[in-house]
Amino acid sequence: MSYLQYFLIPELDRRLLKVWLRNKDVFMKNIKLNFLPPFLEPILYLLAMGFGLGTFVDEIGGVSYAQFIAPALIAVSVMYASFFECTYGSYVRMYYQKTFDAIIATPLIIEDVIAGELLWGATRSTINALVMVPVIAAFGLIDLKYSFLIIPFAFLGGLLFACIGMCFTAMTPNIMALNYPALLFITPMFLFSGTFFPLEVLPEPIQYLALAFLPLTHIVRVIRTLAYGSLELSLISDLLWILIASMLFFILSMNLMKKKLIV
Amino acid sequence: MVNINPIIKAEDLVKRYGELTAVDGVSFHVKEGEMFGFLGPNGAGKTTTMKMIQCVSPKTSGKLEVFGMDVSAHEREIKKYMGVVPQENNLDPDFTVYENLRNYSRYFDIPREDAEKRIEELLNFVQLQDKKNVMTESLSGGMKRRLVLARALLNNPQLIVLDEPTVGLDPQARHLIWDKLRSLKKRGVTIVLTTHYLDEAEKLCDRLVVMDYGKILVDGKPSQIIKDHIGTGVVEVDNHPGIVECLRKSETSYEVMGEIIVIYTNDAMHISDQLSIECALDKMTTRKATLEDVFLKLTGRKLRE
Repeated sequence: MSYLQYFLIPELDRRLLKVWLRNKDVFMKNIKLNFLPPFLEPILYLLAMGFGLGTFVDEIGGVSYAQFIAPALIAVSVMYASFFECTYGSYVRMYYQKTFDAIIATPLIIEDVIAGELLWGATRSTINALVMVPVIAAFGLIDLKYSFLIIPFAFLGGLLFACIGMCFTAMTPNIMALNYPALLFITPMFLFSGTFFPLEVLPEPIQYLALAFLPLTHIVRVIRTLAYGSLELSLISDLLWILIASMLFFILSMNLMKKKLIV
Repeated sequence: MVNINPIIKAEDLVKRYGELTAVDGVSFHVKEGEMFGFLGPNGAGKTTTMKMIQCVSPKTSGKLEVFGMDVSAHEREIKKYMGVVPQENNLDPDFTVYENLRNYSRYFDIPREDAEKRIEELLNFVQLQDKKNVMTESLSGGMKRRLVLARALLNNPQLIVLDEPTVGLDPQARHLIWDKLRSLKKRGVTIVLTTHYLDEAEKLCDRLVVMDYGKILVDGKPSQIIKDHIGTGVVEVDNHPGIVECLRKSETSYEVMGEIIVIYTNDAMHISDQLSIECALDKMTTRKATLEDVFLKLTGRKLRE
């Protein structure tokens, strides 16, 4: 069996947006509850770590500790929102609610369903950024010059984690086993992606490993640069990395899901 | 084949899952406007056949056409004109009754106004108007089934495929579903269903097939199938040692089924008279032959699964 079969390009239909719409409608039913975490979490983190722990830190690269972690908090939220939406969320819809089965009895095919789910996951990340950027800006921790660009960028970053999450969803034998990627992949990434301390303090080989295998490092770099009010050419390499990885995992997740569900 | 353009045409259709052959070279056709049944024990291959017709499970080999289109090449077009009632209710628990239908109508690209009108009609049709704004979780089993049926009709399908539409329902709910299926048939909709309830198949289906181990054992009109395989009547007697001997001499067709002996006949009166005289029997039951007799005769009495 060739590995190429996992990279077949699906023929998607614009109806996939109806799947996105379904998830949006459900989201809107609980809008108050859904808006609370991205609003409250950065405030709590900033209070505890930025202003609490941060009093013991002089400065990092010329900025206060709170200023240093503020963009990382957005990046982490971008990661969490889409990753958890497309792992636990999608798994529940796929396995417990049989939502996917119901949808593929209509002119949509499974690839459309997955694509709609992925776009929705990315949208969740964007919504989180949309809420967090003003909150953090209210604390005066980000430069407003380019910070609005964080919001569209959150869609791309979110899409990457949505696609990675969906691959795990396709491979997991049950919902409990999704705890493994959450624990072994997401948690280390949360801590070691230049989020709460600069990557540069790690040994050089580990820095390269982080850049190569921890997608969050790229998201943090882009958001931090924008939050500091600068636009650097080096961002292009991060954007390219995210774009290529997103495309690969986008196609891979669809093929894996098709193998799992269409038998 | 009489009809030139059957709604469904299967020729030598095969479905394998690894080593297991779930559907083993079946051929059948379903004509426009008829109600067609698939009968068989668990694991006979009915649901797998349904899934291939619904274009959600690819065939391994053979030919399968729906509306004259190959299922492997035209799944989107076929599904546009088909309604599906799956074995397991897969209503959306995040939505109310109305929202379930409205959301589903979008997958068929039904414009908002048309959809709203259609939803009202369908809620009336399945008698769920009062439940319009209720979350589906709180519906009874019968109501859920009716809602799934309404959902399958949103796109005005030419063909409805139902996998065990009345399983687990009380008699009232079953009769209501039957009634709805009959009125759909009257409107010219082609209906394909699987069922375990043989009375259901006998009452509803114009034609049916009995499947077992992935093959079609028999097909035809229910009454004709019964006549061909059983006869018109059945006489049941208790299984005593002397009776088998006596039956053998009288050259009747019979089957020993545990504690009872079932005799198949075209003249139940004559047989029962004959038995009471020749075999000195006084206790026996005479009844009309049913599809259940055919089913058990063909698929045996052994428990499946």
